[in-house]
Amino acid sequence: MTQRTSPGHRVRELTTAVSGGIGESPVRPDGTLKVRGEFAYSSDLWHEDMLWGATLRSPHPYARILAVDITEAVRMPGVYAVMTHEDVPGANIYGLEHADQPVLAVDVVRYQGEPVALVAADHPETAQRAAKRIRVEYEVLDPVTDMVAAAKGEGPALHPDGNVVRYLRIRKGEVEATADVMVVGEYEVGMQDQAFLGPESGLAVPAEDGGVDLYVATQWLHVDQRQVAHALGLPLEKVRLTLAGVGGAFGGREDLSMQVHACMLALRTGRPVKMVYNREESFFGHVHRHPAKIYYEHGATRDGDLVYVRAKIYLDGGAYASSTPAVVANAATLGAGPYKVDNVAIDCWGVYTNNPPCGAMRGFGAVQAAFGYESQMDRLAERLGMDPVEFRMRNAIAEGDTMPTGQRIDSPAPVAELLRRVRDLPLPPERRGRVDIRELPGGVSNTTHGEGVVRGVGYGVGIKNICFSEGFDDYSTARLRLQVIGGEPTAMIHTAAAEVGQGLVTVKQQIVRTELGVERVTVHPMDTSVGNGGSTSASRQTYVTGGAVRKACHTVRDRVLRMAAHRLGVPQEGLSLAGGKVVDARGAALADLAEVLGEEVVEATEEYRHRPTYRVDAERGQGDAHVQYGFAAHRAVVDVDVELGLVRVVQLDCAQDVGRAINPQAVLGQIHGGSAQGLGLAVMEEIQVVGGKVRNPSFTDYLIPTILDMPPMTVDVLELADPHAPYGLRGVGEPPTISSTPAIVAAIRAATGRALHRVPVRPEHITGT
Amino acid sequence: MRVTFTVNGERREADDVWEGESLLYVLRERLGLPGSKNACEQGECGSCTVYLDGVPVCSCLVAAGQAQDREVRTVEGLAEGEDRLDPVQEAFVEAGAVQCGFCTPGLLVAAHDLIARTGQPSDAEIREALAGNLCRCTGYEKIMEAVRLAAARRAETRGGSPEVGP
Repeated sequence: MTQRTSPGHRVRELTTAVSGGIGESPVRPDGTLKVRGEFAYSSDLWHEDMLWGATLRSPHPYARILAVDITEAVRMPGVYAVMTHEDVPGANIYGLEHADQPVLAVDVVRYQGEPVALVAADHPETAQRAAKRIRVEYEVLDPVTDMVAAAKGEGPALHPDGNVVRYLRIRKGEVEATADVMVVGEYEVGMQDQAFLGPESGLAVPAEDGGVDLYVATQWLHVDQRQVAHALGLPLEKVRLTLAGVGGAFGGREDLSMQVHACMLALRTGRPVKMVYNREESFFGHVHRHPAKIYYEHGATRDGDLVYVRAKIYLDGGAYASSTPAVVANAATLGAGPYKVDNVAIDCWGVYTNNPPCGAMRGFGAVQAAFGYESQMDRLAERLGMDPVEFRMRNAIAEGDTMPTGQRIDSPAPVAELLRRVRDLPLPPERRGRVDIRELPGGVSNTTHGEGVVRGVGYGVGIKNICFSEGFDDYSTARLRLQVIGGEPTAMIHTAAAEVGQGLVTVKQQIVRTELGVERVTVHPMDTSVGNGGSTSASRQTYVTGGAVRKACHTVRDRVLRMAAHRLGVPQEGLSLAGGKVVDARGAALADLAEVLGEEVVEATEEYRHRPTYRVDAERGQGDAHVQYGFAAHRAVVDVDVELGLVRVVQLDCAQDVGRAINPQAVLGQIHGGSAQGLGLAVMEEIQVVGGKVRNPSFTDYLIPTILDMPPMTVDVLELADPHAPYGLRGVGEPPTISSTPAIVAAIRAATGRALHRVPVRPEHITGT
Repeated sequence: MRVTFTVNGERREADDVWEGESLLYVLRERLGLPGSKNACEQGECGSCTVYLDGVPVCSCLVAAGQAQDREVRTVEGLAEGEDRLDPVQEAFVEAGAVQCGFCTPGLLVAAHDLIARTGQPSDAEIREALAGNLCRCTGYEKIMEAVRLAAARRAETRGGSPEVGP
C-alpha cells in the first residue's frame, strides 16, 4: 500500500521546555525533527492532487526570442498547463532593488538559464519532457562578458539605462598623496556559488478567495510577498507565504526563484503545484557571488604607517541588478579594510553583462575587497621588511577612528587584538618522519609521501558592515503571546524572520526565557500573517529580530507586572519575572506567574529598528552609511605540494569579536561554517563561465570543501559589548567568511613564493605550468 | 511498475512507479519518507544515504526496481521507537552538528555505519568515512565532535556490558 502522509510533509510550530537563556547553548527546537528526518523542508512538502512544475530556460547567454511554440508540449498526456510571458497575470518584472527582471522572458534573454516558459504536469519527469517539447526560436547575439569593458560603456546596452548598475566613489584626504613605499597590485576573484544543499523549492496552493498560499524556502518572506503579488496582479493579502524548512541560504535565496512560477501554475490549474530544482537547475536558479577585478595601490612610510589607498573595483553583476547596488556600496566603503588611513580614493563599479546574475552571498562585497587589500598588506609588509602581523597591528583601525566615509567607529573595534590573539594560538606540530598520507596534500590519491611538500603560514583580517545600510528602513516585527497552558506559563513567539539553519529559532526562545523567566516557549511557524522580519542576511537577524523579540517581551512583561502589582497590592517598581515567578527587587518570590496570569492572554506586537543610517554623498562618498562593523582575523597553516600544486589546509584558526555571544555554540557554528566557505573560495570554488556559459553546474565539477578539506579550527571569541546593540551583540555570520580566504592564500604564498593574484588558487598558479 | 521492499522493518509497496524513478524518489514521493534528502541527485553529496541490505548507498543512484525484495533502512528508521533517538542522532543535536540539517540524514546514516563497523574511529577514519557527505553550514567541526561523542558513548555502554568483566 502506498502511504503518503508523513510528519515531514507539514510545516509545524516548535516547542521546547528547557532552561537556557541568553549566553547559554540550549538545544535547537527543530533539532530532534531534523535528526529524525521529520523536519519539513520546502522540497518535502506534499499535497493531495498536487502537480509538478518545471521551467524551460534559455540555452543562450544573449539572444532575441523570435517565436515560442507550445503546441506539442500542451498535447502531451499528463500536462495540465504550459505558460509563457503572455500568461503572467500582473507585471512581468521584478527585482530586489531595481525591478529589471522578467518573470518569464519576453523578446530577449540576457543570460544562460533565464526562464522562458513553465509547465505543470502530474509527474516531474513528464513536466521536464514537456518543457523540452516547447519550441523556442532564438536569434543568438554576441554576449557582453567583460565587466571592465561594460563599466567603460563599451558594447551594446543590455538595459535602458546602460550597463553600469552603480558607480560609487569614496574620497578621503588627499587624492594625490605620495609615500616612501608603494605597491601596486591587480587581483581577481572568481564567481563563487552559495551551494546551499536544499534546492530551490516550494508548494503553491490555490485558495478559495482567488489568492494563493505559498510554502517556500526563502530568506525574506515579505520581500517575496511584495514581488510575487505584483507579478500575479493580486493584492498583498491574497498572497500568503509560509516559510518551509530551509536547507541553507548564504545569500542565494534573497532573490526570487520559483516563487512566482509555482503560483502562476497553481492559479492556472486550480491545483497545488510543487516545484523542486535539481542541482544543475539550482546553479542557474539563483544569483552568485560577484566576480571581481580589483586594482590597488597602497602607499606607506618607511616606518610602516599607511599613507594612502587607491583602488578601482569592478564587480560583475551579470544580466540583472539583484542586490548589485548594495554590493558596490560595501566593496567601496569597506575597500580600505580595517585600517587607519588618511588618504583614500576608491572607485567601484557594478555592471550588467550577459554572465550569470550575481547578488548576495555571505560577505557581500567585503569578501572581494578583502582578498585585494589583504594581499596588498602582505606585499607592503614584505617590502618594508616588517612582520605581516606587526604591520597590520600597527595600522589597525580602532574605536574612535574614522572610516574612509568619514564615519566614526563608535563601538569596540579590536582589530589589533584579534590579530594578536590568532597569532599567539599554538601552531600545529611540524611534520616529522613517516606521515599518514591522509594528512598530506593529495591524500589517499597517494601523490606524495612528503616529498615536495612545503608548509606556510598566513594571516588575514577583515571588516563587514552588520545590518542593512545607506538609509534603508531596516526593522523587524515580533508578536509575543503569554498565557497559561496546561498549568504552565507558555510563551508563543511569532515572527516572519527566516530561519535558514543559523539557529534564530533557538535565539528567539533564549531571549524570551531571559526576559520573561519562562521555560516553555513555542516558535510559531514563520509567515506573512505577522509584520515584516526583514531579510536573513547582512548578519542582522539576531540583532534586529532579536531586538524586536526583546522589545515585545518587555511590553508583555510590563503588562504582567502591572497585573501582579495590582493583585498583590504592591508597587510595580522593582518587580521582575524569573523562574516562573514574580519576584521583588531582592529576588524574593511574591507569586507564581501562572497564578498572576490566570485565564488572561497577554499579547504584544512590536517593531524594532536599529539606529538610522544615511546614504553617502555622490561626490566624495561621505556619510554614516553603516550601523555596526564586525571584525574577524584568521591564521592559516597550509601544506603545499609545490610540484603538483596541491594544497592541504592543515589548520585554520579564527579570532572574532561578537559583542555578546547569545548562543556560544551557534556562534562557533557560524565561525566554523563561514571559515569553510572562505576556504572554498581560496582553493577550489568557482563557477567557470566561458562566453557567458556555465561550464560546471554540478557538484561533480563545482567543488565545495568536504570533511577531508576542512582542517581543525581553534576559535577565540571576544565579547566586547557594542552599547548601541541589543545585549551588546555584534553580527556574527559574515566576518569569518571574509578573512579566511586571504589568510589561506597568504599561507600558500609563504609556502611557494608565488604572487597568486587570483582566487580560487588553482594548481597551475602554484606550479607555474 | 510495482515495487515491493522492506523499509525500516516494514514491508512496503509502491504502484505506478515509472522505471526511471530512483529509490530516493520512491521513498520521498511515494512512501511518505522524505527524510532522505535530494541535494544533488547525482551521488556527490551523500544527503540521500540509506542502508540497502545493511550497506550505505546513495539512494539517488539506486533505481527503484533494484530495491525489489530488499531491505532499506532510512534516517526515519535509525531510532528505536517514537520517543527515543539513536545515540548518533542525540550527539548531533547536542554537539551543534545540525544547522540547516539538510545534510544531516545522510551524515547520520554514514556515521551510524562507521561507528557500527569500527567502534571508536580515529579522527582520520571519521574524515575518510564521511568524505562523501557534503555539509555547507558547519565547517564539519561540530560533526567531528558529534561522531566522537556518539562513538565514546557507545563504547561506554559496551564497556559496561558483562562480557568485558573478569
